[in-house]
Amino acid sequence: MGIFDYFKSKSEPSSASVAKDRLQIIVAHERSRRHQPDYLPQMQQEIIDVIRKYVQVDSDDVQIQLDNTDDCSVLELNVTLPEKN
Amino acid sequence: MAKIIVVTSGKGGVGKTTSSAAIGTGLALKGHKTVIIDFDVGLRNLDLIMGCERRVVYDFVNVINKEATLSQTLIKDKRTKNLSILPASQTRDKDALTPEGVEAVLNELSEQFDYIVCDSPAGIEKGAQMALYFADVAIVVTNPEVSSVRDSDRILGILQSKSRRAEKGDSPIEEHLLLTRYNPERVSDGEMLSVEDVEEILAIPLLGVIPESEAVLKASNQGTPVILDNQAEAGLAYSDAVDRLLGEERPLRFIDVQKKGFFKRLLGG
Repeated sequence: MGIFDYFKSKSEPSSASVAKDRLQIIVAHERSRRHQPDYLPQMQQEIIDVIRKYVQVDSDDVQIQLDNTDDCSVLELNVTLPEKN
Repeated sequence: MAKIIVVTSGKGGVGKTTSSAAIGTGLALKGHKTVIIDFDVGLRNLDLIMGCERRVVYDFVNVINKEATLSQTLIKDKRTKNLSILPASQTRDKDALTPEGVEAVLNELSEQFDYIVCDSPAGIEKGAQMALYFADVAIVVTNPEVSSVRDSDRILGILQSKSRRAEKGDSPIEEHLLLTRYNPERVSDGEMLSVEDVEEILAIPLLGVIPESEAVLKASNQGTPVILDNQAEAGLAYSDAVDRLLGEERPLRFIDVQKKGFFKRLLGG
């Protein structure tokens, strides 16, 4: 840190702390996917296709998550249905 | 029974071969019979870093295919006692390393050596998986930089799921973090992830921190493992890492900014 650095603005977070925040988020996301069974993405797609036969939804409106607790696994399915006209 | 150590990273160019050469040499200097295997089929490089490129006659694939014996193929290091190198093949056939073939070679080496250091190729494909499959210990080489840290985490996932120890349900591979190309000045300026940041994200024990150093390029130019340069911080940091690998306590060095003179500090040099 030299004398000239004192004139620079201090408000921005350092790039290293931005890097750390980004890494923590992506690494946590990738770790949670690591323990998923291989069939999950395909099952997710097929569930979306079934729902779409009846209701028009975007694939983003369907959230599928598999949670493992000690002795059981819970498949959680969240579908955001479009508003009725 | 030899201990099998894989030096791996996911990302390329982070210092796997430099670290394999340094750590293998360090183990041999401590009196342990050590062999370093280059697993990078097609892109042989360990021989250059170790300075034995002109002595390569046969290679790893020749041994697997029984075209040469291990004693014909192993290159004895001229500088360091107790140290041998098994060079990679330059064949383009990526399937040249079969699991059965690799296992047979490792078993034979295991009878003669105390430590087998496996220098992994980059990536997470077959070659990298073959290098780590039989390992007892993994040294994950990471640079304090986003893509390297992320790739190291991917490799940790593979170590925990696709290694022989994981498949057989044995005790898991012992994991160590080796942070290389560390620049304390940039860390203190907030431009580079710190040791603590990387430790917190990857959550594995720290084996060592190697400072970014001109000595590393100089050593590879000359074909001498940087650990033999005991004038250089990088060489000393590798020696410390080897001591820790052998269970000794060593405080971290070279991770703080060195004090600058008054004028340098004033001008921000």
